[in-house]
Amino acid sequence: MTDLPDNGRAAALFRDRFGIDDRALDAALGTTLERKVDHADLFFEYTTQDSVALEEGIVKNGDRHLTQGVGVRAQTGERQGYAHADDLDVASIQLAATTARAIASAGGGETAVATQRAVAPSLDLYPVTLAPTDVPVEEKIALLDAIDVYARAQDPRVRQVMASVVCQNRHVMIAASDGTWVSDVQPLVRLNVSVIVEENGRRETGYQGMGGRQELAEFLLDGTWKPLVDEAIRLGIVNLGAVACPAGTMDIVLGPGWPGVLLHEAVGHGLEGDFNRKKTSAFSDRIGERVAAPGVTVVDDGTLAGRRGSLNVDDEGTATQRNVLIEDGILRGYLHDRLNARLMGHAPTGNGRRESYAHLPMPRMTNTFMLAGQEDPGDVLRSVQNGLYAVSFGGGQVDITNGKFVFQCTEAYRIEDGKVTAPVKGATLIGNGPDVLTRVSRIGNDLELDWGVGTCGKDGQGVPVGVGQPTLRVDQITVGGTEG
Amino acid sequence: MSLELIERALNRARNAGAHSGDAVLVEDASTEVRVRGTEVEHVKQSRERRLGLRIFVEGDGGLRQAITSTSDLSDDAVDRMADETVALARATAADAVAGLPNAPFATDPPDLALADTAESPSVDTLVGDAQAAEAAAEAYDERIVNSEGSSADTGNTRVHYGNTAGFQGSYARTVHSISAQPIAGADGAMQTDYWFTVARHRKALEDPAAVGRHAAERALAQLGSRRLTTRETPVIFDPMTARSMLSSLAGCLSGYSVYRASSFLGDRLGERIGSSALTVIDDGRVPGGLGSKPFDGEGLPTRRTTVVADGMLKSFLLDHYSGQKLGLASTGNASRSAGSAPGVAPTNLWIEPGTQSLDQLVQSMGTGLLVTKLFGHGFNPVTGDFSRGAAGVWIENGEATGPVEEITVAGNLGEMLQNIDAVGSDLVWMGAVAAPSLRVSQLTVAGE
Repeated sequence: MTDLPDNGRAAALFRDRFGIDDRALDAALGTTLERKVDHADLFFEYTTQDSVALEEGIVKNGDRHLTQGVGVRAQTGERQGYAHADDLDVASIQLAATTARAIASAGGGETAVATQRAVAPSLDLYPVTLAPTDVPVEEKIALLDAIDVYARAQDPRVRQVMASVVCQNRHVMIAASDGTWVSDVQPLVRLNVSVIVEENGRRETGYQGMGGRQELAEFLLDGTWKPLVDEAIRLGIVNLGAVACPAGTMDIVLGPGWPGVLLHEAVGHGLEGDFNRKKTSAFSDRIGERVAAPGVTVVDDGTLAGRRGSLNVDDEGTATQRNVLIEDGILRGYLHDRLNARLMGHAPTGNGRRESYAHLPMPRMTNTFMLAGQEDPGDVLRSVQNGLYAVSFGGGQVDITNGKFVFQCTEAYRIEDGKVTAPVKGATLIGNGPDVLTRVSRIGNDLELDWGVGTCGKDGQGVPVGVGQPTLRVDQITVGGTEG
Repeated sequence: MSLELIERALNRARNAGAHSGDAVLVEDASTEVRVRGTEVEHVKQSRERRLGLRIFVEGDGGLRQAITSTSDLSDDAVDRMADETVALARATAADAVAGLPNAPFATDPPDLALADTAESPSVDTLVGDAQAAEAAAEAYDERIVNSEGSSADTGNTRVHYGNTAGFQGSYARTVHSISAQPIAGADGAMQTDYWFTVARHRKALEDPAAVGRHAAERALAQLGSRRLTTRETPVIFDPMTARSMLSSLAGCLSGYSVYRASSFLGDRLGERIGSSALTVIDDGRVPGGLGSKPFDGEGLPTRRTTVVADGMLKSFLLDHYSGQKLGLASTGNASRSAGSAPGVAPTNLWIEPGTQSLDQLVQSMGTGLLVTKLFGHGFNPVTGDFSRGAAGVWIENGEATGPVEEITVAGNLGEMLQNIDAVGSDLVWMGAVAAPSLRVSQLTVAGE
């Protein structure tokens, strides 16, 4: 057995609990897959997730889930065979490997299988001493009880409080035919608070969440969770006073932080390697071209310490990195997993991700954000005569092929004569991805990242991601409201 | 073996001090094939088993609850999970209405024909289906220039349920599907759309070539799209988009939304909520239905529920818990995967079709918007306000004038239901929720 590196705790778990050592890996990758495929890999996962949820003043339920399994992949050219099993014994892995090979083995290269040698991820972005799933449930329940009492004391209009703490600890180990053998332990915490507020018979909701790859203890501090509750209540109260949203095309100002979901939808997905290899993206074949206004620089960075979208290694064992997607308005690069990088003759970028062992990896974003500009955010707002100030979004969606995107605002205001006035409800922004960043006319100096709540969906797989941006002015965007 | 595992978990939990509980074991096997052009992109074979446990322990004035699940089904792991579940339940608060249902369980359900008796299709057969869909889409028109690929999937699931009240049940279901997503291109612009067929029985699937052609037709129809100026206009939702609006409505009819005061329909039971053209049915016992099951996630018999009759709200959708919170009986709508607590979901939910074809609806509308695509999730269930991205066809004098895109359709679902002035005859089943075309007298369309 090769000596495990210091942070090879995940590899130790798979070895000690399931007997999966270098010999078992060699057997699956070597004997079963050898000389039949271009590339083969094994993805082992052992994930614990727990959550407690409060409503009507009590924690009614606690839950805990264990997910274990192995996915075996064989690649030949563009063809992939994938099989997975939830038994982690050596016989199941062999069977899955045989299946994957049979699926992929039409033709195929003569690639030798490298000897497995465990390496530590070079990054250590989320060193926690106590896994969030090992924190006693009583502490999580006490936090939710405190949130409930605090929220109800803040404002008499608070009618319902719902809160939850969701913790995950994911052990992964990746071994590939090129000699890759790496493991990682990935903690993830999320705290959610939503309130229903009521006044004069009108009801609205306010929601705020936060999270990251951190110690749960950091979320148990008053100074952490109280601002979260305050924000959820503030949003609900703002929406109680919201009026119908104007419809039509207007100049908009996007607030800092979470509105960066616009970058994620409008350009991020369109830069994923699979769509560009197949030339189905509105950004296909456009590297080196201007796709955004001067001053716009967008990066995808999986190496930010403690962030929800960060990873020491992606789900194919590639170290994550900082990838510049758009630099001063010029398209510089795509996001790749190994398959699409190989087929396009590019280097992998550490963006090969999957929801679980039961899913094939794909190019996915990590933390995607726009770098800060020079302008004072107040000046950006004052520059708009009549328009919309969008502070928070509920979510968005994009059609990669024609570039059309849509977002739902959960907090937005009219801008009249350069001043922020009435809150509006139900505003939706719609536009064209390749076009929208060319309409950015002012960039604030206030880059913020989101609170750590994003989950990105693609082809039925959800993965945690982060977004961010400074205050931005975007000219002439269509706002879908009900007031003509 | 499967029911024995359930018994083992429940017995172990009882020995550890559980008051009552139930367990679900779901065994899945599936194969998924994706083809792009003539090449196989991937073949994926999945085998998954998961055991879920819900345990109640006694507390002051009610029961305390915990939910656990595992994909490690070794005896040791199951025993450990049962012990942990009891301990976890002891940490939660007592809830006066929590517990197993006491209503009669589904002891003698009918055969709903949910499982194909024919052998599962081979990988080669699935590859052939996906290639046929892909080829038909490509051959349909020279402006089909690319593809996101075509898929053929097959799945086989067995569900086992048992509880400490003595009920046990099992059933099998199969599902087959074929889908295609071609890309149409002209004048430097690309448009894509998809079509699919899904059924419990392979012989009920649409022909793969028809799936490809239909998908190609939809993608081509959007070439040359223009925008609209902002306006108030009559709107027709086609069956694909009407179905999306019905799903939004279903969420507002869930007992959980109602008792949490987070549904705009929460206090409207027995009242008129829509035009007299609107009748909504939920029926868990449609033979071969994609939402059918002999018993729900708590072992209660599924049934037919008239949710909305001629515009009047007749029933919410309820499981045991949400029903108890509202003083109502379960409607057999407990939905549950092995890894989740019971929640409420529709079984087979549909809007009863009317008598006019989509063409007739378009003709009699005169001028307005036919919506064929909705995207984004802009819906607030507390108020009913919605604002969705849309694409479709602008109609003038009963004639299509060309495709439109980059617009939104906005309004309030409560008002929209009242303003449904015609329901089409074209009910299309492409899942457990289905709707015919719906025409609404006025909504706001935002564009240039």
